[in-house]
Amino acid sequence: MSEQQTTAPSGPKVKKFMFVNRKAPYGTIYALESLEVVLITATFDQDVSLVFIDDGVYELAKGQQTKGIGIKNFSPSYRALEGYDIEKLYVDQASLDQRGLTEADLLVPVEVLNDQQMGELMAQQDVILSF
Amino acid sequence: MLHIINKSPFASNALDTCLRMAQAGHAVLLIEDAVYAATQGNATTERMRQAGTKLSLFVLQPDLDARGMTAKLQDGITPVDYAGFVDLVEKYPTSQSWL
Repeated sequence: MSEQQTTAPSGPKVKKFMFVNRKAPYGTIYALESLEVVLITATFDQDVSLVFIDDGVYELAKGQQTKGIGIKNFSPSYRALEGYDIEKLYVDQASLDQRGLTEADLLVPVEVLNDQQMGELMAQQDVILSF
Repeated sequence: MLHIINKSPFASNALDTCLRMAQAGHAVLLIEDAVYAATQGNATTERMRQAGTKLSLFVLQPDLDARGMTAKLQDGITPVDYAGFVDLVEKYPTSQSWL
């Protein structure tokens, strides 16, 4: 067992789960699938972090209007994550910069990390799921 | 001819290869995740500006809207709807989808 695991008051071990999101929404199914697995994980009271790297940062872009393409706009679900006690959202600074985006373009509060911080955060996890 | 791109310029080399081979007077239509290449202030902006000097550039508006990028559309790229997409396919005798 890892030393980083903590124990819930009277429950099983809580593990640190990280979801790595690197795909733009709608063009592929990855972003939606990730979100669904995140919501499932939340019901097990685990320590969940979401990170957004490369085109994954586009998942959080404000102002998504999908009526014209006939696909459900799932971006409001990121705002609902707080209600499932998922509050650890991290965004890669370099990915934002390359795309001309800033935190003001995102629809939820996030913590922006540099390369080293992101790498350290990954190394602290028990389980990493990649989308 | 008409070149159609559907991949993000940050995740695929489809746009780069297309722009290498497209000839003056050709059209390029950005759809699906390729619409990010039509946005301003990013790593592809200058490349698209240069491409626009010899090519006709279009972007599919519903895909731009879906991704929240409508307000970031860069100058020189013409938005089209689905009917406009069909018009482009009809206008140019040859189409290539750079999947």
